[in-house]
Order: sequence, then structure tokens, then C-alpha cells
Amino acid sequence: MALSVKDVEHVSKLSRLSFGEDEKKDFVDKLNSVVDYIEKLEEVDVEGVKPTYHVLDVKNVFRDDEVKPSFKRKDILSNAPDAEGGCFRVPKVVK
Amino acid sequence: MEFKTIVGLEIHSELKTKSKIFCSCTTEFGGDVNTQCCPVCMGLPGSLPVVNKKVLDYAIKAGLAFDCDIASYSKMDRKNYFYPDLVKAYQISQYDLPLCSNGKITIEKEDGSTKDIGLIRIHIEEDTGKSLHGLKDVSLLDYNRSGVGLIEIVTHPDIETPEEAGLFLDELKSTLEYLEVSDVKMEQGSLRCDVNINVVSKDGSVKSRISEIKNLNSFKAVQKAIDYEAHRHTELLKAGKNSEKDTRRWDSEKNRTVFMRSKQHVEDYRYFPEPDIVDFEISDEWIQEIRDNLPELPKAKKERFVKEFDIPAYDAHVLVSDKKLAHYFEALCADFNDPKLISNWIMTEMLRRMNLEEVTLDDLKFEEKDLVVLFEQMAQNKISNNAGKKVFRKMFETGQKPLELIELMGLKQISDDDFIEGLVTEVLDENPEAIEDIKNGKDRAVGYLVGQVMKKSKGKANPQMVSQMIKDHCL
Amino acid sequence: MEIYDLTIHEVRDLLEKKEITSVALVEKVFERIDAVEEDMASFLALYKEEALEKAEVMDAKYEAGEPLGDLAGIPIAIKDNMCTIGKKTTCGSKMLENFVPPYDATVIEKLEDAGAIIIGKTNMDEFAMGSSTENSAFQVSKNPWNLDYVPGGSSGGSASAVTAGEAFGALGSDTGGSIRQPASLCGIVGIKPTYGLVSRYGLIAYASSLDQIGPLSKDVEDAAIMLNAIAGHDGRDSTSAPKEKVDYKKALVNDVKGMKIGVPKEYFGEGVNPKVKSLIYKALEQLVALGAEYEEISLPYTEYALPTYYIIAPAECSSNLARFDGIRYGYRAEKFEGVDDLFTKSRTEGFGEEVKRRIMMGTHSLASGYYDAYYNRAMKVRTLIREDFDKAFEKYDCIITPTAPDKAFKIGEKTDDPLAMYMSDICTVPVNIAGVPAISVPAGFIDDMPIGMQIIGQHFDEETIIKVAYTFEQNTDFNKRAIL
Repeated sequence: MALSVKDVEHVSKLSRLSFGEDEKKDFVDKLNSVVDYIEKLEEVDVEGVKPTYHVLDVKNVFRDDEVKPSFKRKDILSNAPDAEGGCFRVPKVVK
Repeated sequence: MEFKTIVGLEIHSELKTKSKIFCSCTTEFGGDVNTQCCPVCMGLPGSLPVVNKKVLDYAIKAGLAFDCDIASYSKMDRKNYFYPDLVKAYQISQYDLPLCSNGKITIEKEDGSTKDIGLIRIHIEEDTGKSLHGLKDVSLLDYNRSGVGLIEIVTHPDIETPEEAGLFLDELKSTLEYLEVSDVKMEQGSLRCDVNINVVSKDGSVKSRISEIKNLNSFKAVQKAIDYEAHRHTELLKAGKNSEKDTRRWDSEKNRTVFMRSKQHVEDYRYFPEPDIVDFEISDEWIQEIRDNLPELPKAKKERFVKEFDIPAYDAHVLVSDKKLAHYFEALCADFNDPKLISNWIMTEMLRRMNLEEVTLDDLKFEEKDLVVLFEQMAQNKISNNAGKKVFRKMFETGQKPLELIELMGLKQISDDDFIEGLVTEVLDENPEAIEDIKNGKDRAVGYLVGQVMKKSKGKANPQMVSQMIKDHCL
Repeated sequence: MEIYDLTIHEVRDLLEKKEITSVALVEKVFERIDAVEEDMASFLALYKEEALEKAEVMDAKYEAGEPLGDLAGIPIAIKDNMCTIGKKTTCGSKMLENFVPPYDATVIEKLEDAGAIIIGKTNMDEFAMGSSTENSAFQVSKNPWNLDYVPGGSSGGSASAVTAGEAFGALGSDTGGSIRQPASLCGIVGIKPTYGLVSRYGLIAYASSLDQIGPLSKDVEDAAIMLNAIAGHDGRDSTSAPKEKVDYKKALVNDVKGMKIGVPKEYFGEGVNPKVKSLIYKALEQLVALGAEYEEISLPYTEYALPTYYIIAPAECSSNLARFDGIRYGYRAEKFEGVDDLFTKSRTEGFGEEVKRRIMMGTHSLASGYYDAYYNRAMKVRTLIREDFDKAFEKYDCIITPTAPDKAFKIGEKTDDPLAMYMSDICTVPVNIAGVPAISVPAGFIDDMPIGMQIIGQHFDEETIIKVAYTFEQNTDFNKRAIL
């Protein structure tokens, strides 16, 4: 089922991506060609088939409740585009 | 038209594990900003989560304490949304296979009646970082809290009044404390509560749309918010209008809720199973081991106290409200055989002072055995009850030993026959009319004469003995 | 034969015999890089100084007669999606152009421990999404056999580096074929290990349930050596297999007598160049001559593997790439109003077109209302695809197919048609979906351009596929390297 421009706008919002008017059409066309393709899966009879979320047949991988040293703050902030007083700084979040 | 309030609560409780849920950073509260982080809890590219088994242990413990079914098969899921305090832009949580489901918490109201508040589920998830509001239009982000393990408890909409909500939260908090799975300090943020509320007419014909209330910082706030919202919804319906399906913030200064955002458009979290974490198989043995090691919970302890120590239900309730306090009480009872006195003493002398001075049991300056010595002195009539209270006050302030204090303060009660005999004789001689009164049945005169003897002895005479002796002389 | 044309094991021999020093090796490799890198564009970063320093350390160890491993003192290149502490790790993207990780990926730690010398980071399609390196934000790598052609992708830079003699071996990552397809197009060896064999800790994730790190090398022995170094359980990766360590060099046995090979007809249909088909069948005949037997089989769900992949991978990537929001690291837009705008502008400006397309596809597949029809359905078809392989492996020791449907294509040929580009992966993608291991080994040429043969094994049976690949290689001469 092809995506309408409205669908694309909704998905863009969810993905925090935006597309200019001129690129929108081309992008939507290319996207739809792929969407058409993946809909091939509708042909498959999946009645009674369990989904495989993990290809490895392992369960219960745990660690002990042990504290280990954290990273130094300067390393945590080392790639911060904007920092202040030891914190990451962003425009105010309207809660 | 009469209306009924319908409330459901969503509670997040930070788990008291030493390390975070997916990494080994400490969960300690109050650390310097961004010093308790690592690639995993920062969600750095390439990092991967590894589950802390204790988080499941604690969640199962809570589930068992609240009568839940524990899942034999469970998993983690990704809840996807963008927010600055969410480092991976997804929260690793649980969607359709929560660890615990179908439980209940029973509350006991003031009139003695009980009510079950149903729990829909308890699941585990990771906490987010914290947004500190900086100057002007800026938010500052601290990720120390990011990745701390949480349990989310969702109730059925069984709560109908602010009182019930308060009782529910008290019982929840006290049980979680007993289990030692959480600090449950709302002021510190280790316990958070959101309210979902609407009202419906008793005949079922009209009902309001559900409001979600956030930013509640205390149990009192929860109760006030419920009260406020129930009223707001009811008024709207009475006016022929309706509430909006919204999210509102509790304003503790203005004591009202404030609109935050509409919930018309439900956020699409695009849940899917977490590919980086393998599934959980929870064996019966695992659950049984936790069940076997559950501590005695407040409700059971309270019932036992009433039965075993023959103290009033109210006293028992106060004593079990804090696990350490209950333990303290029992330890005292083991060393001194008067539970009623001990319970009374704790409630009147100790708790009052502790609350005033903001002191906890761990901070007490005197030792438990010192208190026992004091009780023994009183029981043996070596000092009067009043003197005992004076001594205790000093013990509380300074931690000095009771026997020392009794000496120092000169509070030894005198029970010496001759000494008392002497004073009684003096007083009787000075108050012949009183003797007549006593002979005529005026008991108040006895009290008066006892008072006179006490004055002469500077409060040290054993009042019971004095009273008895006076009566013996007169009658 | 120049030094840079030798294999890891040949050069290791020279080091052992003290006929060369590690420092000299590094210098030779950098000389080669100076000579050809402008054409190849294999690398995004080079660490000449650090490499020489480490080489000195290794030389001292050799001098002292210390017992050293197979990679000691050997220059290796790393695809730029594996975190290297203190060194930029860009994933071929503007989004991470200046990202410097404060930690090493597990495989990096293992290589360092093994004494390998990491000489630099190689070019790749942005965030591992692509089959040619044309999606890199920085440069397009070239196929050393013909500079007008792509080296394959997404581990294209690693492939061209090894092929051109700019490194003795390289690490790549494979989600839908990104190690094997470039290996095939460049005439070298590439292995995608069983899912869970190699730790993903420190690999910047594309599709979590499909990604695996593996070696690209000049021959099968080198690949086994590298696999030995990087394989093994890692407590920091919950999806890491709790398996005993295996010495893959023991599988370097020149013998396929009695080996039963399944040849799935679905891999030879429309979309695969008939010339490729004949080359593979020729290769099979050679194996028969060496004592193996093969039978045509059917893996009926094969045709659904590519659409399944293009639901699962974008879905997982849409979630994995959501963390790039301009707040803690990575590209941040200069102008924005409010936090949501910060997210949107940073991501829109920082990501390339293909990445954005896959994020959009993924978000769509997971969206409420579509989850069952897309993501969940794909997970069910995944079961069916895996069962195809499980059933086949009950009868057969391994499965042989072409690695890629054709030889390398020209730069720019498929960039305008995403679907056409996706078709490069039809033979490799089913392997990732099932989580089984596969190796690509050179099997011939079409128009003087290399073609690879893919050997697929059962879960954790790298030994069988290495054995078959090794035997084939020892009895043919297709792994002559690109000489410029």
C-alpha cells in the first residue's frame, strides 16, 4: 500500500526528519517503490508460525549486582556539542 | 446527580540495587552530575545492555508480596520516543509480557473495613536522566539517573477517594520498604506516582474523559490532586460539558492541576522486542527461592503483634509502619516483659521526639539495652514514672546511661518504709481535717495528702507506697 | 612479489624468522598507501605514527623471543563503524564526522591483545547501509581491479584496502552481505561468522539481530587467523554465544572427500548473471573432482528473504539511529527553535538519503497499525527461512551459492534506483536472516572482474565452510591479487 504524502509526513514526524517540498516527491516515490516490494511478504502463509526475535537459542543472560567504576565526566562530556556546569545543555524542554 | 470518582495509579519505584539495570554504574543518589555514567547508560553508539539479575529478583519479590502471578516467560521491549533525558531515544521496558500481573493491595480504612485495590501489572524498565532547569531558555541534562532500574506498578481503576489513595500508597510504600527493594522516598524521586482519573454518574449515564496527572511530589499532593480533579470533572459534567482527555501537571503552590498537553493523539511508541537482550525463563525454583526468603510483611507482622503482644491494633499499625521500628520494638520486648509499656513508651516518648528532632532509629544516642535498664528501674519502683520520663529525655539528648543520670539528677525514688512513714506521720499531723475527709470517703483528700508528702520528699517518695500508707493510717 | 602482496601468514613467517621487522612492514604498507590511496580512497583515517610506535613495541617482543600470536606486528585496517578509543569513528556519516569514542570495541581490544597493528579506519557506506560505498558521506572507494567500478559495500573500504595491498587484513561488518559481497567483487576472502560468535560490543549498530563483525583477507588461512583473534564470548554483549573457543586454523585441511553440498536452485534464478551461474557450477565440478558431491536442493522461502531483510533491518535501524539527536554527541544543527526542531534539523542535515530512507521505512514498519503486517510478519517469515536452512543441513554439510549476482558494477550505475542496489544482496541476505555463517572465496572472473563463491554452513560450523573454502583455494588459483 503506497504511502500518501500525509503518511510520509506522519512518519517523518515520528522519525524527527524533514523533507523539503522539492525533494519530497522524489523521496516519496523511491520510498514507495520499496514499500511495494516489501509487501511481497503478504503472499506468505504464516499461519501458526512463531516469530524469531532472537536467532540465538540462549535465555537468561545476566550479570551480578556489582558496582564498577563509572567513566570520568570529561569522557562522558567529551563529544558534547554544548555543555555547561558538567551537564549537557539544550534548549528548554516544554514539559 | 451523584457522581463516583474512578482513580487508577501508575507508580514508578526506583530499585535499590547497587548497580544500574543494564550496566555496573552505581545507583547512589546525589552524586555530582554526570559522574555515574558509562557508555551503556549514556547509550553511546556501539554500547549494549546486560541485565542485572537482582532487578528481576526485586521485581519478583514485589510481585509475590502483592499477590501477583509471576510470568514463567518474559522479555524486554523497546519503547521508542524522542526526549532529551532518554539517551537512546528508546526506553528498554516491558510491553506485552510483564514480569508480574494480576495482584492486589488490601487497604484497611479507619472504620475497620478493608478493600482490595487490584494491580494490573508490575514490570521492569530503565530510568531516564534528569533535566535540571537552567537559566532562561535552557535545560541542563544530568544522566546519573539514566539506567537505574525501576519497577512500574499499574493499578486497576479501583480507587475511589483521596483517602483510599493515601492508604494504598502507605501500604505500598511500607511493603516495598520491608522488602528492601526500594527506598521509596518521594521527595528524592525514588517513588513517583501518576494519577489517572475520571468521574461517572452513579446511574452510569454520563462520564468524563480521563485526565492524567503528573508532577506529584508527595502522598498528600496525590490526595489533593484527586480531590481537585474529581471536583473539576464533576462540575464540568454538571454544567453539561466534559473534560478533555489530557495530561495535566499538579501545581503544589496553587493547589490545582494545569493543562500540559492533549492526549487525543496517542503517542506511537512503536514497541518491538529488544533485540540486544535475550528472553527470560523464570523457573518455579527461582520463584520459590524468593518466596521462601520473603520477610514478614507489615500486615502479617501487625496481626502477630496484636496477638502475641496484646497491644491495640492502632499501636501495632504505628509500630509496623517502619520495619526498623518494628524490629526495635520486638528486640525490646525480648529483653523486657511489658510490651504494652514498651509500645506506649515508643509511641509517646520516642516517636514524638524523633519526629521533632528529625532523628531516625539509627541516629539514636542511647542503646537499646539502656532503655531496658530504665524500664527495669521504673518497674522495680526505684524511680517514679515521671522521673523516668525526665531521665529518658536526657538519654535522648546526650546518650548518657540511665543509672548515671538517676544519680546525677537525684531522682532515686525513696521506697524506704521508715523514711516514708516519717513523712506521712508529719503530713497527717499537719492535716487533721484531711484524715476526717478520708474517713468519710473523700478520696481526693488522699491525693492531696500524697501531694504533700511528695513535696516534702522533693518528689522522691514512692507515691504508691505513700498513698497506701496514708490509707492504712486513716482507715 | 612485493611485501604488500603477501598474506598475513607469509609475513608472520618472515617476522618469526627475523627477515623483516614490524616497523619495516608498517613502513612498507604506508609506502603502498602513499602510492595508491589517492586512487583507492579506502581509508577515512590513517594512524602512521601510532602504528610505528606499536610496531616498535612488537619488534622488541620479537627480539626478546617472547611467544607471540599469529597477528603480532601485522598491519590491519578497521571498518569505521567499530569504536576505537580516542580516535574518530564516523560510520561514513556526517552525523559522526567528529565523534571520538571514549572506549574500544571488544574486537579492537582483542586485536590489540593479539599484537596486531591497527593502521587506520576504512571507508564504508553510511551506517553500513549500502552495497558500494557510494553512500559514504565522504568518498567513494574504488575497486582495485578497475577504478571505474565499485568495490562493493558496505565494507568497501576494507575490501579495497586489502585487495590493493594497503593492509594485510581488515575487519568489516556484515548485516545483509556487507563483508561477503565486497570480498566477491574484489576477489578476496570474507567471512560472516555465525550470529553471536563475535562480540558486537563497540560495533555501532545498524540492525541488532543481523549485524556481525568478520574478517576480509587475501586467503582463507588469513581469514581463519583473524577469526581466531576476534571470536569468543563477551560478557558485555548479551547476544554473544556462550561457546567454547575453537581454533579455526585446525579447519585448514585440504580435503573435501565425502562432503555433501546442497545447491539451492533459488540462488541461480532471475537476477543472477548466467555467467555467474556457470562459474559456480564449474567450481562445484572442481569440488566433485576433489571428492565432494552436490545436489540441487530447494530453499523455497529464499525469494522472501530480501523483502524480509528490508523490513527487519530498517525497523531495527530506525530505532538504533534514533539516539543521534544532537544532544550528547554527533552533528548538531546550527539554527533551531526548541528541542524538537533541534532533533529534526540535526538528523535531517546529518544523515544521508539512503539512511533517511531506511529510517522512514523502519519507522513505518513498526508504526501502530502496521506492526503486524510488516515487522511481526517479517519475523515469522524469518522462522520459515531459518527452517529452510535447518532442514537442508540435516542432509548436507554445507550449501554453495554465488556470493553476488554479478561482477562489480560501475560507480554511479545504481545510485538512482534503490531497489536495483538492494538486489546486490539477494544471495547474501538469507544468511543473516538465519544467523548462519558464510564465507566468500574467489571463484573466477567475468570480464576480468572477480566473482566469489559463497559457502554457507550450519550455526557455529565455521570449520566446515573454512575447510571447503580452503580446499577449493588450494586447488585453484583465483586468489591472485589485484596488481596495479
